[in-house]
Amino acid sequence: MTTNYATAHRREKLLDYAVTTLLSSGLLVVVIVVWQIVMSLDLLPTYLIPTPAATAEAIWHDLIDPQFWAGQLLQTLYVVVVGFVIAAVMGILIGPLLIAHPLVERSVYPFVVAFQAMPKIAMAPLILVWFGYGHTSKFLITALVAFFPVVVNVIAGLKAGDERQLILMRALRAGWWTRMIRVRIPNALPYIFAGLDIAAVFAVIGAVVAEFLGSPNGLGSLVIIRQTNVDTPGLFSVLFFLAAMGSALHFLINAVARKFTFWSQSADTKVAKR
Amino acid sequence: MRSANVADAVTTRSSANRVPLISVKGVSKSYETRRGEKVLAIGEVNLQLAQQEFVSLIGPSGCGKSTLLHVASGLLKPTTGEVLVRGESRPIRAEEFGMVFQDAVLFPWLTIRQNVEMPAQVLRIPKSVYKPRAVQLLDLVGLARFGDMYPRELSGGMQQRASIARALIHDPELLLMDEPFGAVDAITRETLNIELQRIRTAARKSVLFVTHSISEAVFLSDRVVIMSSRPSQIRSVIDIDLPANRGPELIESPEFNDIVRKVHRELGRHDH
Repeated sequence: MTTNYATAHRREKLLDYAVTTLLSSGLLVVVIVVWQIVMSLDLLPTYLIPTPAATAEAIWHDLIDPQFWAGQLLQTLYVVVVGFVIAAVMGILIGPLLIAHPLVERSVYPFVVAFQAMPKIAMAPLILVWFGYGHTSKFLITALVAFFPVVVNVIAGLKAGDERQLILMRALRAGWWTRMIRVRIPNALPYIFAGLDIAAVFAVIGAVVAEFLGSPNGLGSLVIIRQTNVDTPGLFSVLFFLAAMGSALHFLINAVARKFTFWSQSADTKVAKR
Repeated sequence: MRSANVADAVTTRSSANRVPLISVKGVSKSYETRRGEKVLAIGEVNLQLAQQEFVSLIGPSGCGKSTLLHVASGLLKPTTGEVLVRGESRPIRAEEFGMVFQDAVLFPWLTIRQNVEMPAQVLRIPKSVYKPRAVQLLDLVGLARFGDMYPRELSGGMQQRASIARALIHDPELLLMDEPFGAVDAITRETLNIELQRIRTAARKSVLFVTHSISEAVFLSDRVVIMSSRPSQIRSVIDIDLPANRGPELIESPEFNDIVRKVHRELGRHDH
């Protein structure tokens, strides 16, 4: 009985997945067809909007170009990953400190909010002045942009959960550390992963902006070069690879998150107000 | 005062069972509001809980029943007065009591079995002791087949049973129950009452039980303590003269209903 039910459930899930895949690939085909039709009407010059064929060719050209991988995409990915890891580690370490004591929280949190409200990207030129045109600056800009979603979610997560879970631990005379490990951190995990998810996307933004501002390589600099050459298919290609990179990070983080937060009914929706 | 303590100590040795497990002596608790006013949550309560006794606290909302429970657990310090544990003036130890809340308050990331075992791990009880005990307790609360499931896969009533098993894992002598069946439907509640009655008799526990339900209090208790609000104090204590082994048929008996009516009258008398 139970196995039958489980099989039926799995089949239903598989069907659901098939329908979703079919629908989204259908949508993609529709967009491309409409795009091609609009272009064949000669309403817009092709140097502004390339044809789907030209775009596909540009993507393919980049895809098989080792120089594109080594000099651009992997460079950007490197900056994104390092910046993201710095942001994640700092956010996870600093978050708990900020709420370690109510007094610390009350006095420091206004600065966190104010700093968060400022567009971090506007700080990029300043960081370049301070640290020069090297990797350090790119890592820092990326980390700075990605840091806040992490820290804010860590704080929200550590405060989440049923207050009575903590009363229960206090009834067991559990110390600060035990309460942290057994109650606060597990409760925080869905929030932390939601924060990391946002941070990954933010890290891509940060890395591209850092590369805009005078980097010899990376997808950000490639955007500038291709803009100068009015290479619109090439620009579309870069956008495609940036979207692919962001999506890959998103799926990777969500796959890890599902392992740790399977118990949370709405892990994806647990995002602190930013 | 000192001579009284000595006398207590003597009686402890001579007749261990007659020293109350918990004595609440002249306990009051006041809070300060945001505006700095003092509000008396409970005022001057004296209450004793004998070993293996089941005492219910009943009264209107906000009459400080839960506060009294928290004072007994040592989670709240009384403003005046003291709580004696076996006649000694000391806070109750974690090993000595288990807590059950209105909702199960299980950890959703742990299985039912892991939830039940959790207090034993926090209290550093050896695995060889708590593992078999968890199996027994899951059986006792009728969840033997559900140990490996997660809380959200179980109904509210089943979750609450798991939380009772969790409260018993470290074999405490006292259960503090804060409206444990307040959040489940009436039919489940009746079943859980019968279960609790059975579990408590089988496990030989003392229980301090907060409830809003008169029939629940009468069905489960040896004594029902009626509290009044503003000022929240004990107004009367009613002994429940019903057989120790109580089954569902008792609820329809005239004796049961006489006592329910009596408690009802007492509660009504103090409502204004």
